[in-house]
Amino acid sequence: MTKIFETPLYPYSRHPDQDATSPVHHKVIVLGAGPVGLAAAIDLAQRGVPVVVLDENDRVSSGSRAICFSKRTLEILDRLGCGDIAVETGVTWNKGRVFFDERDIFEFDLLPDEGHKRPAFINLQQYYLEQFLVERVQVLAAEGKPIEIRGRNRVEAIGRHRDHVRLQVETPEGPYELQAEWLIACDGANSPTRRMMGLDFVGRVFEDNFLIADVVMKADFPTERWFWFDPPFNRGQSALLHRQPDNVWRIDLQLGWDIDREAEKQPERVIPRLKAMLGEDVEFELEWVSIYTFQCRRMEKFRHGRVIFAGDAAHQVSPFGARGANSGLQDTDNLCWKLARVLDGAAPETLLDSYDWERVYGADENIMNSTRSTEFITPKSEISHLFRDAVLDLAARHDFARPIVNSGRLSVPCTYDDGPLNSEDCADMPVCTRPGSPLPDAPLGDGWLLDALGPDFTLLAINTPCPEPANLAGIQVLEISAKDNPILAKRYLGDLSGALYLVRPDHHVAARWPSHDEMAVKTAFRRAIAVQLGGWNA
Amino acid sequence: MPDLNLKRNLADPDRFYANLMAIHDGLSKAESDALNARLILIMANHIGDESVLEQALSAAAEVLRKPEI
Repeated sequence: MTKIFETPLYPYSRHPDQDATSPVHHKVIVLGAGPVGLAAAIDLAQRGVPVVVLDENDRVSSGSRAICFSKRTLEILDRLGCGDIAVETGVTWNKGRVFFDERDIFEFDLLPDEGHKRPAFINLQQYYLEQFLVERVQVLAAEGKPIEIRGRNRVEAIGRHRDHVRLQVETPEGPYELQAEWLIACDGANSPTRRMMGLDFVGRVFEDNFLIADVVMKADFPTERWFWFDPPFNRGQSALLHRQPDNVWRIDLQLGWDIDREAEKQPERVIPRLKAMLGEDVEFELEWVSIYTFQCRRMEKFRHGRVIFAGDAAHQVSPFGARGANSGLQDTDNLCWKLARVLDGAAPETLLDSYDWERVYGADENIMNSTRSTEFITPKSEISHLFRDAVLDLAARHDFARPIVNSGRLSVPCTYDDGPLNSEDCADMPVCTRPGSPLPDAPLGDGWLLDALGPDFTLLAINTPCPEPANLAGIQVLEISAKDNPILAKRYLGDLSGALYLVRPDHHVAARWPSHDEMAVKTAFRRAIAVQLGGWNA
Repeated sequence: MPDLNLKRNLADPDRFYANLMAIHDGLSKAESDALNARLILIMANHIGDESVLEQALSAAAEVLRKPEI
């Protein structure tokens, strides 16, 4: 059977731009058709912004690569039109189990809270997610939306100008040039864009190798994330087992630093390791094997004039916690509504600097979490090893130690506390919906709160009237009731009888009040689109 | 902010010290180290208060530092 990643999904074909006498100008060019680049392109096209994606390849990535997609990512995919198919295809899981040595020490639930449309996580091979996103691009293009992917178009040189970027693009039929008003670089951890621009990417290298193997097997392990510290089959190291669709299982084995990487990748080495873990009698075949090391690092700034970096190109973390692809989709979710507004002339260019502030903040949080996980999973000193094992021994017996066990702090969206677009908070409202927070979902009628919000700003009025805002383009009012809806009331009202929320297009809270106040709404909206009072007419 | 209590607080210091030594009886160095680590974690959880814990960490670390001249 031909695998999806062996099929060209967007094969090279000659574009009229290649025969133009001078470089054709585009509003936005996205580099890279991975999950992050595709998400950026779909988001922009849905907002009516013309976008061209250039990718050096012509198919989805081979191997599963990223597999854990968080609730927040699914909520973003809902807005991009791919949420349902991702959840239908993916394996839903909420539970994790931790083993130490030969013991099963405890299990945990990632979403103990009810009242969310989407589960805490699904597992889905990255090639499936990319396939769904490519298909979505094709649907949008067929509907006449201004979006296209050009396969086997590799950027060889970048020229930066005050009001545009010039690209030299290599194709199977030779080079051509393009211009872009804005360039979004989603070209991965080894970003050629970053290299061509000579930008630093510094951080911390972790001296460890991990074997990643995706195996196809019929097995009756439950749909849980299983994590081993120091198991008998991989002494002194860690191991992870995780289910994906199509009976594919992700196995991740820590190997240590001083190994022969080429030799360890060979089936004659890999298969005995896997048999030691799964049992001699389990039949499996290898789908994908790779050995990786990792770093935790980020660029100093994500915006460099008209070039904006997103995803792994801008920041890199250890895989523990699934904070790579998930944070990349949060990047583009943050960026695209801002860029669309700037292109429309409905916000100043400085709005894009808030992308830099907020996503650098997010990257630092992810780097901090993934660094802490790595230190717990792979202790590098005698004393850190001692305490790590003490925590695990206690966790087998006492509940208090379980939250200290760190086998990866799984990706949750960050709250942009003190973010530049937030307005001052009002007292006595729930902490989980303070300004900067990602909007928590809640049941609403027969559906869900997040699905009821529009593509632009929303004034969410709960148990309180809200007149249509005058002269504020792009705000939609949604009046709802929290009667007989304790989850909504708990998350949005607390002890108050009503509340009004100004919600950004990326579903973060910009401001909130106990009741409507026209002046306050206007001020908060202007702040949320980076317009200082008096300096800009929205 | 609650303060870390660095004044006398043990009713019977000799008994506590003897009990502390007793749980290490017959243990290897590695076993004793592990026991100490567990004890620190159990006591830290009991204290709970972040600021008290930070003061305790500093107080423990400071003893090793050279006195200021």
